[in-house]
Amino acid sequence: MTNSTLINCCIHILLALFMPPLLLGVIGKTKAAFAGRVGAPFLQPYFDIIRLLQKGTVFSTTTSWVFRAGPIVALATAAVAALLIPFGAHPSPISFEGDMILYAYLFALGRFFTMAAALDTGSSFEGMGSAREATYSCLAEPTLFFALITLSRLSGSYSLNGMLSNVSSGAWLYAGASLLLLIGGMFIVLLAENCRIPFDDPNTHLELTMIHEVMVLDHSGPAFAIIQYAASLKLFVLGAFFVQLALPFATGHPYLDWGVFIATMLLLAIVIGIVESVMARLRLVRVPQLLVAATILAAFSTLLVIR
Amino acid sequence: MSLHMKTFHNGTSFSRADIPMPDNDSFFQEILDAITAGWRVCSYFGVPNAAGATLYCILSARAGDGTLGVIATSVGRSFPSLAALCPQLHLFEREIAEQCLVRPEGHPWFKPVRFQKPLCEGKGFWSESDGGGLLPAVMDFYRVEGDEVHEVAVGPVHAGIIEPGHFRFQCHGEEVFHLEIALGFQHRGIERALIGAPTNRTMHMMETIAGDTTIGHGQAYCMNMESLGGIFASPRAETVRGIALELERLANHTGDLGAIAGDVGYLPTASFCGRIRGDFLNMTALLCGSRFGRGLLKPGGIGFDCDAALVDELHKRLQSAREDLAGAVKLLWDTPSVMARLEDTGIVSEIDARQIGLVGPAARACGLNRDVRRDHPFGIFRMSQIPVVTATTCDVAARTLLRWLEAERSLDFIDEQVRHLPRGGYCNQPKGVAADRCSVSLTEGWRGEICHVALTDDRGRFERYKIVDPSFHNWNGLGLALRNQQISDFPLCNKSFNLSYCGFDL
Repeated sequence: MTNSTLINCCIHILLALFMPPLLLGVIGKTKAAFAGRVGAPFLQPYFDIIRLLQKGTVFSTTTSWVFRAGPIVALATAAVAALLIPFGAHPSPISFEGDMILYAYLFALGRFFTMAAALDTGSSFEGMGSAREATYSCLAEPTLFFALITLSRLSGSYSLNGMLSNVSSGAWLYAGASLLLLIGGMFIVLLAENCRIPFDDPNTHLELTMIHEVMVLDHSGPAFAIIQYAASLKLFVLGAFFVQLALPFATGHPYLDWGVFIATMLLLAIVIGIVESVMARLRLVRVPQLLVAATILAAFSTLLVIR
Repeated sequence: MSLHMKTFHNGTSFSRADIPMPDNDSFFQEILDAITAGWRVCSYFGVPNAAGATLYCILSARAGDGTLGVIATSVGRSFPSLAALCPQLHLFEREIAEQCLVRPEGHPWFKPVRFQKPLCEGKGFWSESDGGGLLPAVMDFYRVEGDEVHEVAVGPVHAGIIEPGHFRFQCHGEEVFHLEIALGFQHRGIERALIGAPTNRTMHMMETIAGDTTIGHGQAYCMNMESLGGIFASPRAETVRGIALELERLANHTGDLGAIAGDVGYLPTASFCGRIRGDFLNMTALLCGSRFGRGLLKPGGIGFDCDAALVDELHKRLQSAREDLAGAVKLLWDTPSVMARLEDTGIVSEIDARQIGLVGPAARACGLNRDVRRDHPFGIFRMSQIPVVTATTCDVAARTLLRWLEAERSLDFIDEQVRHLPRGGYCNQPKGVAADRCSVSLTEGWRGEICHVALTDDRGRFERYKIVDPSFHNWNGLGLALRNQQISDFPLCNKSFNLSYCGFDL
């Protein structure tokens, strides 16, 4: 391992550790700007996590170890996924043939434990939230796989590093139509997987309408801080995948590339903030329709590259 | 139809001896006949006595001639229930049973209303807890049986900062079959405390029946005190009262428009309306120093006069608030994703609305053309009318649109009134309360019809002061709106009704 790879590896891990909550801060600030408010500081999500970490935790006596495992597994899976995904032009620290399957199912594992922890409480709200989450994630999964198939077909590689490094301005020239469909589908999945408007409203306090938030209603203190952090990490990791597809800029200079990556991630946060500001939540019965539309977009992008 | 009831107009009093007291059969037949002929029940309550109770029924005629009617009868320990024939009576009959310990025989849905202690000595119809008295929401709820049916219980503690209420849903997946609402957590015993009133505190209790309807309830009480005392409020006072009532409507309608937008996750309108609501509250504060209008109304007039500079300031602020509100609300209509959420959600059919006796914006959104300001004009509305707005789609979108249209009419009204504020005194001295009289006052609060009935004894004290908040009529409407809807649409439907918990619980 050369010196520069070591430095890049450290930067990768540091970014994955410390940057995710900033995205939430940027989204919040963007929404505040649209609503004509000053808004919370950019660093508010960090303050929230620190505040929660200092609190005590209450565990219901009806819950078992599954309830406690939920936040930890969610964080662990998101963290491993963060090591598999390349950040911008820089390759990921861990990479092997077929790691894309692991990447996809790490999220499924985290989700499974979040849902199991929710069901463990026996609350009817959390049961409803789990049911919704299970339905929508089933519908979101095919889109991700069509995307991975398209990318591996374009690059001839089965690892995320190879697939995503192949996407460049050059790839946009010969497979632009396919990639355009792909980022359409992936953007929908990005919003759905991270429970953003129009699928879910992360700011709502209405227990009957929530999806992700209702599943974590019974977690408190440090466990809830872990959940908040894991959710932002998930947004960061899926966002990194998306920006590499949509904005594959590379300067060739390693430090400039890190700057480009950070800038594109912040841009993504602003775009999500704008989407959340200009539209309302979908009615829950309409959510599957939009997810199926995303799958169809991704499926057509696959069709276009299989000649 | 031959009418046996005594007819009168809003805000007038008459001797209690003039109230017809037919036998039970004629009394109940009269109510049935009147409802069949299109009358509706404003208030139906009992005054307990040793043998049972005296039941009083206040009815309002079909729109047009502004007639109200009253009829009464004495009953023993039970009386025949009319709820199965006239669903609008069903809560009133349960309330009578709870307050006066007389049983409505054959009531199809016989449950407590507020889980309160009766107004007289004796044991209630429902099993009580160890500590004595009923605990709110401890009762048998309606259940839908079936393997795939699940029950969701929400409240009384909610994830948001709202008043306490318990909601029991019977669901099939995401679809709601039935919603049952149990209230009473905020019961403060207002009607019991009003027996033997009025005292110096009475006006303040009236202002807090429902904190967001201070002017609406305050106006009804002032009208009763004025008719019982034989005095009138000056035109200047009536005009300021009208302005305050419409400001209250504007503030709450604006808040609701914002809250509806917030519930569908549409932030710009939610944030803007939150601020503009504050602007309207501050205009009320300009009049009397309280954002909710506390202390503005007094029997005989108003507590504070307003000078020319204040009127100019009010006029100026109204103009800017109108522009801001129009802009914020236009965003709603222009955003397809918002309208997709509002349309066809939470429908209450016009027939249902008529049968359960909805009032206020919730009724007008179902196409029912009823508004106390026009049907039974009071105060300034006898001189200056506000056009009544109705909608026809009966859904959340209709209730939202109606709020905006009403806000526009209220803005026009205030705009006109502040320009022609009559001169003269602002408060006449009250003269005391006449003995052995009955006074009935209806006002149109922002949620709908408010009905106050005062019965005075031989010393000029209240033997009974009956309050009906519009929420008492409308909570059942929310239950019906949820039938066959998505459970995730409940908060939105709830917000579109925005009913009062404490106004119901009294």
